Amino acid sequence: MSGANNRLAVFPTRMTLSVMKQKLKGAQTGHSLLKRKSEALTKRFRDIVRKIDDAKRLMGKVMQVASFSLAEVTYITGDIGYQVQESVKNAQFRVRAKQENVSGVMLPAFESYQEGTNANELTGLGRGGQQVQKCKETYIKAVETLVELASLQTAFVILDEVIKLTNRRVNAIEHIIIPRYENTIKHIISELDEQDREEFFRLKKVQGKKKEAAARDTLERESRQAAEVAAAKAAGSNGEAVAAAVADPTQALEAPSDILGGVDEDVIF
Amino acid sequence: MEGLFYNADDGYLEGIVRGYRGNILTNTAYINLTQCETLEDVKLQLSASDYGTLLQNEPHMSTSMLAQKCTDKLVQEFDYIRAHAVAPLQQFLDYMTYAYMIDNVILLITGTLHERDTHELLERCHPLGVFESMPALCVATNVAELYNSVLVETPLAPYFSDCLSAEDLDEMNIEIIRNTLYKAYLEDFYYFTQSFGGPTAEIMGELLQFEADRRSLNITINSFGTELTKDDRAKLFPNIGRLYPEGNIKLAKADDVDQVKGTCDVFLEYRQFFDSNSGTGSKTLEDRFFEYEVQLNKKSFQQQFHYALFYSFLKLKEQEIRNIVWISECISQGQKERINNYIPIF
Repeated sequence: MSGANNRLAVFPTRMTLSVMKQKLKGAQTGHSLLKRKSEALTKRFRDIVRKIDDAKRLMGKVMQVASFSLAEVTYITGDIGYQVQESVKNAQFRVRAKQENVSGVMLPAFESYQEGTNANELTGLGRGGQQVQKCKETYIKAVETLVELASLQTAFVILDEVIKLTNRRVNAIEHIIIPRYENTIKHIISELDEQDREEFFRLKKVQGKKKEAAARDTLERESRQAAEVAAAKAAGSNGEAVAAAVADPTQALEAPSDILGGVDEDVIF
Repeated sequence: MEGLFYNADDGYLEGIVRGYRGNILTNTAYINLTQCETLEDVKLQLSASDYGTLLQNEPHMSTSMLAQKCTDKLVQEFDYIRAHAVAPLQQFLDYMTYAYMIDNVILLITGTLHERDTHELLERCHPLGVFESMPALCVATNVAELYNSVLVETPLAPYFSDCLSAEDLDEMNIEIIRNTLYKAYLEDFYYFTQSFGGPTAEIMGELLQFEADRRSLNITINSFGTELTKDDRAKLFPNIGRLYPEGNIKLAKADDVDQVKGTCDVFLEYRQFFDSNSGTGSKTLEDRFFEYEVQLNKKSFQQQFHYALFYSFLKLKEQEIRNIVWISECISQGQKERINNYIPIF
């Protein structure tokens, strides 16, 4: 996945380098945040799984008790199913949904509550009323367990999805985004170093050339001075020669050019 | 005297009923039933009994099916007796069905009030309480119409007209209507049986008095903590029975079970119902009522030349069906620890 070539196509400049470094830092912070979120969610998830297990076992028991209490009612009063259905006008047992925030995930939680009067409190007045009420209570308990289980199951499904999503993000950041930034930074740094070296070499070269030029200049100047000094000495010893030279400018001009030529031959490096 | 002419009209039917009584499951049969592990075993055990032929063609056993089949059998037997009866036994048997009729009518009224399709309700009615004009109840759309067009023709009409007006039917709680009707019915039935004199009056008197007292006690206990006022409660108590009148007055004022217990302490037979130390502790009040009822009903078979044994037969058979259903429920739900809560009959 994260090959050495995996990097962003950017120009290797100092500016990009600092931008990349910022991005890397952001990615690392995000990674650690997401990782923490994922851990929190997983913890919650485990809690829920355990609770679901408990609730399911409990539900089995409660349902058994409830259905048995219905059998008791049938034993004493006979079939009252229709009567019970008809005497109910409003739901007494209601469920309301609220939301719970777990690390930024909204989990719906169902809450059961009872409202209004017991519509069946006179059912079985002449016979078996107590059993009817008992049965009603056990069934209310059973439905409460069901509601609890329902909110747990919903939370389970949602959390499962969110955890997968978060883990995918964590992994993507850890294994793709961060290496990519790192590679890019490495690339930029190496490019910049390369540029530095090139620059250095170039400067050196320029400096060398300059030195060369400077040395040649100095040499030329020295040889010229030397020639001048020699010419002055020659003029001092041969007064007649100067006059002769003045008299004969062609000879006088010819002599220094000869000297220059001789010096030139000597100065060859 | 009653022995002299009884057999001329009712001797055959008494013989039949005594024969049916012989088919009621014995204690041994119940013990065998409680040993069953599955409903198939129950079926096997029952195949030796009177119900054997009923269950033969049923591939899948269920408790509701079992209850249905057993009730069918009972209805079949009862209808046979009723078809062969002559007055006044005929009328006596008709009186017995009025209790179921009340339940059916209440069911239909409930359906009408909620504007349900009453046709489907007809299937849910108890077959013993079916009367000719019952399907016509479906035609009525409101309760006043129901009363004027249909109920007036039924034997229940006097109960309705005596206790309830059309407004009552619309407003009152259906349970209160049911209990008011049942009270009127019990009183009527009681005075009817007393008119026979002799052992019929004696035995039926005892049975119906107990039934009335049981209702009073149940209504009292079940109305604790409900919106039913004490005055309304007192109106539902039948004006017969051993508790009437002073016991009923006390019950009407009772606020908790202890006061009910105090009221019953005066009556030797009823004292045991609230005595938590007697017998096994797991039995509920209803169980004890059932037990006592079975005991009374059993006693009526010990005399001859009276009508109470028809009533007792029906009640015992109902208890038997309840027992079978209870046992099979316990088996199918795997709650064997309560399986012995049935009431053995013979």
